[in-house]
Amino acid sequence: MESLMIILVGILVAIATYLILSRSVFRVIMGTAILSHAVHLLLLTVGGLKKGDVPIIGQADEAFTDALPQALILTAIVISFAVTAFLLVLAYRMYLTNGTDDFSQLGGKSDE
Amino acid sequence: MKVNDVILKTVVRMVVFIVLTFGMYLFFAGHNAPGGGFIGGLVLGSAIVLLYLTYDIETVHKGMPFDFKKVAALGVLLATGTAIGSLFFDAPFLTQTDGYFTIPILGEKHLSTVVLFEAGVALTVIGTLVTIILSISEDE
Amino acid sequence: MIVAFSIMLPFIAAALIPFIYRRFKNIHLGWFVLVVPAVLFTLLASYIPRIANGETFVKTYEWIPTFGINITTYLDGLSMIFSLLITGVGSLVILYSIFYLSTKESLHHFYCYLLLFMGAMLGVVLSDNLMVLYVFWELTSVSSFLLIAFWHHRKASRAGARKAMIITVSGGVAMLAGFLMLYVASGTFSIREIIANLEVVQASALFVPAMLLVLLGAFTKSAQFPFHIWLPDAMEAPTPVSAYLHSATMVKAGIYLVARTTPIFGGHEVWFWTVSGVGILTLFWGSFNAVKQFDLKALLAYSTISQLGLIMSLFGLGSAALHLGYASDTVIYTQATFAALFHLINHSTFKGALFMMVGIVDHEVGTRDIRRLGGLMALMPFTFTIAVIGSFSMAGLPPFNGFLSKEMFFAATVNIMQLNIFSLDNFGLIFPVVAWIASIFTFVYCAIIVMRTFFGKIQPDRLEKPPHEAPIGMLISPYILITFVVGIFIFPNVLGHYILQPAMASIYPMFPSSEELTPHIAAWHGYINTELWMTFGVIVFGILLYRTLKKWRPMYQIFPQKYTFNAIYERIIGSGESYSSRITNRYMNGHLSYYFIYIYVFFIAVLAGYALYADVLSWDPSKDSAIEPYELILVFVMVFAAGAILFAKQRITVVLLNGVLGYSVAFFFVLFRAPDLALTQLVVESITTALFLLAFKYLPKIQPEKVSNSIKITKAMISIAVGATVTLIGLAVMNYDKFEPISAYFEDAYNLAGGKNIVNTILGDFRAFDTMLEVVVLFIAGLGVYTLIKLKAKKGDTDVESK
Repeated sequence: MESLMIILVGILVAIATYLILSRSVFRVIMGTAILSHAVHLLLLTVGGLKKGDVPIIGQADEAFTDALPQALILTAIVISFAVTAFLLVLAYRMYLTNGTDDFSQLGGKSDE
Repeated sequence: MKVNDVILKTVVRMVVFIVLTFGMYLFFAGHNAPGGGFIGGLVLGSAIVLLYLTYDIETVHKGMPFDFKKVAALGVLLATGTAIGSLFFDAPFLTQTDGYFTIPILGEKHLSTVVLFEAGVALTVIGTLVTIILSISEDE
Repeated sequence: MIVAFSIMLPFIAAALIPFIYRRFKNIHLGWFVLVVPAVLFTLLASYIPRIANGETFVKTYEWIPTFGINITTYLDGLSMIFSLLITGVGSLVILYSIFYLSTKESLHHFYCYLLLFMGAMLGVVLSDNLMVLYVFWELTSVSSFLLIAFWHHRKASRAGARKAMIITVSGGVAMLAGFLMLYVASGTFSIREIIANLEVVQASALFVPAMLLVLLGAFTKSAQFPFHIWLPDAMEAPTPVSAYLHSATMVKAGIYLVARTTPIFGGHEVWFWTVSGVGILTLFWGSFNAVKQFDLKALLAYSTISQLGLIMSLFGLGSAALHLGYASDTVIYTQATFAALFHLINHSTFKGALFMMVGIVDHEVGTRDIRRLGGLMALMPFTFTIAVIGSFSMAGLPPFNGFLSKEMFFAATVNIMQLNIFSLDNFGLIFPVVAWIASIFTFVYCAIIVMRTFFGKIQPDRLEKPPHEAPIGMLISPYILITFVVGIFIFPNVLGHYILQPAMASIYPMFPSSEELTPHIAAWHGYINTELWMTFGVIVFGILLYRTLKKWRPMYQIFPQKYTFNAIYERIIGSGESYSSRITNRYMNGHLSYYFIYIYVFFIAVLAGYALYADVLSWDPSKDSAIEPYELILVFVMVFAAGAILFAKQRITVVLLNGVLGYSVAFFFVLFRAPDLALTQLVVESITTALFLLAFKYLPKIQPEKVSNSIKITKAMISIAVGATVTLIGLAVMNYDKFEPISAYFEDAYNLAGGKNIVNTILGDFRAFDTMLEVVVLFIAGLGVYTLIKLKAKKGDTDVESK
């Protein structure tokens, strides 16, 4: 399962990278969203899968799964939400100011 | 444009109540069961967002006259405040403490300063969430 | 305790300034600020008797103990001199500034920077730890930058501030490297401990490089040749700042560093020749160039350079005694150091007074150009007195303190010729000769200050304002200073015993008695001594040269402008800027996708490249857990959803597909026993989807990418390479089992943190610091969203900077 998950992560990262490399700001934001999904899964997987039960004391007698990646991911989820929101608004402002959502039309130094 | 949304409004009124209760439960359960400041905050925040989406801003604002930016700021203050607070008890930064107290009616209960810290986290999450959604939807 | 308080107080006061400024608008802010140095001066002065008895005060507060970096305050004779100068001159300068700066200026900035500087400077002289000293050292550069650029609407101020910053900070970085070398050689950052283990340090191969780097820091800070060019430009600062930072205190930080490290490096030939050679050259160059200046402040700047060179060279000469070791006949060479400390104090008194005098002239007349000044003696008699006493003392004439230290300087240069170490028997003559010539020029520029400003004919039509005497408040501070100029001449030995003697003990800690190192200072010691005749010569030739100034002044034009140090500096900075902008423009072309490509290519090259090079890639699926059929389905759903995003034409499809991904991730969290994550992910995914739908109202519809196939292929290749790198490294990490996971520690959560939910105890207790900062980040992001939407740029904002 672990190997399969990591391959899945690899595929997600590749797709996210492709989206990030595109010109449209909306696709770039989508790319970052997918990238954060991939990273969350990666973190969870490298901690080991199905090694034990839910990390709550008293629920089971056997070993727990690794709780540390879970704590990391929990913060990462909330942060990535905030970042996505910020990026969306940034894109909105960019569109409002420049009248385009295409990065390739923003380049250059004409305004300097 | 006026849409007939009586059913929506009635359903939301009930749902929000349930969601709010669930959010509070998640927040307090956090220490010993799934839940905690982040999840509790998110659930509570989304309940408020649901209200805003169903009713208009003025109506909700009458019932909840909060500036959610200030709620978020209060949360940050609470989280950092409990962190600094431990310094006054000659303990390292962010030290949390807990203990068992006997409270009338409720009996012996487990109380922890983590709750304060978690409350700060939850308030920040609620405040930020609502601020983000409101500012995006308010702009014309 | 008191010493640490002395460092802290200015910083605390600086933080309080905005509140005081807002509360008491109609009282000049300077009155509140004046309390700080006055209190500190009194506090520190109360230590004088105990310091004079040879006591020192050490207190350590741990900062980064693992690296030996502690905040150790250390008050001994040497730090005493400097801290008294900082607080004493500081009080007088602030008093002066109350009358110099009107309440229309942004005083809260000014005094905030000034207090910042005062605290930093006290930190420099009262720290024993080299790293702490370095931090405060750079802080003085920063506050000096802010103060020079105080009138930041003037281009010259900004240029001067930048120049001072670049030169002193690059010297500071060199000094940091020197400190690190000292640490490597000695194993400690504490100056006292380094001195205690001198043999180890001196045997190290890093000894001479460390010495030269530390000297580079000292020379840039103290405006020694050829780094002196920043000081005249720094005179763009308000005059109180010039009097305080750029003559009495900050530029003496380099001197302090040399004095402080003399026990470590002194006694080495390289040290002797570098310090005294650069010092004597600076002395000459400064005084020679001062004569050609027309601006009184520039003249004083060059004179400060020259006097700093004098003090520097004396420290160099005095270090010879450390080479010789202690003996009854070597004590005479320590007198150079004594003269250095003595002149250090004298210079602060007379130069401070002179700067304030120039400030008064500028303030009351409106110009500092000596070609437009003249004949002010009758109109400004009190100011004239300051100028006469200050200049005479600077020129080395009796009955003022400059005479005493100048004589001792001459004596030291003459004495050094008797030594036969360091090839002094061949080159020793350089010192008295250069010193004497430089002193003649010093005499000439002192004469220029007095004669050109106050004698001759007044030219009212060339002055900005009708000249009149300064208000009494402006005269108090310079008068206190010239009282010292005269007072020290009359009672030099009080100063010698209480202040200078303990400082001598700090510089020569290996010498048994500091009593012996303190000579009796006398104004008169018979006709038959070389230094008196040298002074006579200076007066005679000085008058002669001043009289004939018009004839030989054109000599300054001979030297081509192209090869001045300023021109060289400008060329280095200019070409540095143009080259770097050319290089940067080549790859920073303004297209975001290019930047992403740089990042990704670098990422692939470093990570995959290193993994291949180190041969760490491995894959061992045997330890994997079993794959259940429903998990396989979930994986395929995610792959298809993600793949479909690439080809989606409608943005609503994209958002929904992203939602599918998010909910699938939540399912995985459920399957992999992470209930908290699953809950959070579900809520966040719903809200994110709602957010996207809301944002659609404002964003344009997505267009198909109109790019050529070759670009598409390049992008696809990069993406696949990134994905492959992540996969390969992830697989290799899975198989890494060289150490145990640390999670076992957290499983004791109930005993350690009183909670049963391990994830939550990590968030709320074990790693609460992360959570706390995360909350702050979340808040900032929320504020960012809010401001981006609500804040619209105001039109018509003008650029205040002059071009």
